[in-house]
Amino acid sequence: MSTFALDRLTAQFPEAVAERYFDRTGGAWAVIHAEHLPKVAAFLKSELDFKLFISIDAVDRLHLAENDPRFEVVYFLRSLSRGEHVRLKVRVSESNLEIPSLASLFKGANWWERFVWDFYGIRFSGHPDLRRVLLYEEFQGHPLRKDYALRDRQPLIPERPIKDIFRGPGTSGVS
Amino acid sequence: MADPHKPAAHPSPDVPNPDTDAYAQESELEAHLQAKPMYINMGPSHPATHGTVRLKLHLEGETISDADCEIGFLHRGFQKSCENVTWTQCLPYTDRLNYASPLMNNFGFLTAVEKLIGLEIPERAQYVRVIGAELHRIHDHLTCIAATSMELGGFAPFLFGMEARELINDRVAELTGARLTTSFGRVGGLNRDLPEGWIAKTLKSLDKIRELADECESLLSRNRIFVDRMKGTGVISAEDALDYGWTGPCLRACGVDYDLRKARPYWVYDQLDFDVPIGEHGDNYDRYLMRIEEMKQSDRILRQALARIPDGPIIVDDWRIALPPKPEVYGTIEGVISHFKLVMEGIQVPPGEVYDATESANGELGWYIVSDGGGRPYKVHVRAPGFPILSAMPSIVKGGLLADLIPTFDTINMIGGEVEQ
Repeated sequence: MSTFALDRLTAQFPEAVAERYFDRTGGAWAVIHAEHLPKVAAFLKSELDFKLFISIDAVDRLHLAENDPRFEVVYFLRSLSRGEHVRLKVRVSESNLEIPSLASLFKGANWWERFVWDFYGIRFSGHPDLRRVLLYEEFQGHPLRKDYALRDRQPLIPERPIKDIFRGPGTSGVS
Repeated sequence: MADPHKPAAHPSPDVPNPDTDAYAQESELEAHLQAKPMYINMGPSHPATHGTVRLKLHLEGETISDADCEIGFLHRGFQKSCENVTWTQCLPYTDRLNYASPLMNNFGFLTAVEKLIGLEIPERAQYVRVIGAELHRIHDHLTCIAATSMELGGFAPFLFGMEARELINDRVAELTGARLTTSFGRVGGLNRDLPEGWIAKTLKSLDKIRELADECESLLSRNRIFVDRMKGTGVISAEDALDYGWTGPCLRACGVDYDLRKARPYWVYDQLDFDVPIGEHGDNYDRYLMRIEEMKQSDRILRQALARIPDGPIIVDDWRIALPPKPEVYGTIEGVISHFKLVMEGIQVPPGEVYDATESANGELGWYIVSDGGGRPYKVHVRAPGFPILSAMPSIVKGGLLADLIPTFDTINMIGGEVEQ
């Protein structure tokens, strides 16, 4: 795995990169400070040709060994001309769940950021239309967080009671 | 009211019939047609939108001046479900991401897990994965083309497409035991080997499928109505497509040469000879042609793979990952223990994270997987190709006619399961 992009990035913005490491399959990662994210992404897009926007997601590290700060937002970009893949991470603490949005830079970020807001409750400042994308607006909480019970249910229309139904594995929902 | 018993007077242009002819005043003829903006909800579950997608359209006359897309509430909790079962038990969930190409999703997930473990699967298993994936690529593209033609009024291509799909489903059923929900792969290889005589049967089916696909193509590609409705509608520029994160045939229709099978070959794709078709205009017609061409290339890949498939094991011989053979389970204590531990605790994937992607029928199917070292995934993020493609939908239909929305929605081939995760 080439680290060309991350080397250039570190040279350009030494203050933005908090940490760099290789995962166990050889993928190169960079942990970026949240406030520098838009500038880093703009540099990657315009200077280094990372134009293909792959995806954004978050990880709730509540049960992992290393869990401070609690959330990690991961960004994947790809450059077709260089055939390279860039993985960025931004760590978000529970006390300040707000990071800058990339929706004005990458159009594809719009829905993915809404997805992360929907399921992890991480807000993206500067997002034009930060609504839930898969769940309904009245939904309470953010279901992909590890402390959201697996079988918790919030039906919009009251459900009829059904006896002896198996709702899949996991802890029963007590919210 | 005219007397109904009296025979109607012969209509004459000179003598107006006060009962039937309404003569407009001069001023009315010059008045503008009233075109109040109109809001239309297409869906949820509109016959032309697959799944529970709801499109909120703002119309001015027939022109869409604004559009908003709500994915709808079919959310299955894919990630959450995967995080609460063992690695092998995730397989049925991955099948259901895309009902038109379950094997590709299945194998894509396994490839990511195997990469995280650092596992090399046997060559025969790699060939079978290529065969399964390409069969389902044809299946997926046929579904898309057949549905498109039906929604634009062509029913015969739909029937031909369905007949060809049935053949694929029959072969897949013989291979995996199920027509759609296959759950065929296993970490480290496959569930079982090819059935006897399956290769010859598949080759025969491929001939028939090719014939039927050609029939569809000959009925559609130069059909005046079809071409008029597809050409120049739903256009997206290559730059925008990349910005939105489009991949697969929809991106290649814009002229971007990007296919993971060539860019970062996995399995045995680097040993097989095939081309990646590239479009030019990024409109609906190019996306349709792209799928037609890709089916031909998949056919090429399949014939090569079926001819070259080597003998050998279909799953790794490592009892920490693959279930031991049944005689060992019944005959040895090691077999019993490893069988028990694999079933009860799951495969112990070492802690770490990985992003890996394969080329599924609609584009890059990416998996970001985090393991905490236990038998269950800690986090499974699926980057389904349909999600970014659908997110561009409002912007590409804006400014077009309402009627253009149907072919656009068809050719981007939105699949409910993967979009709603």
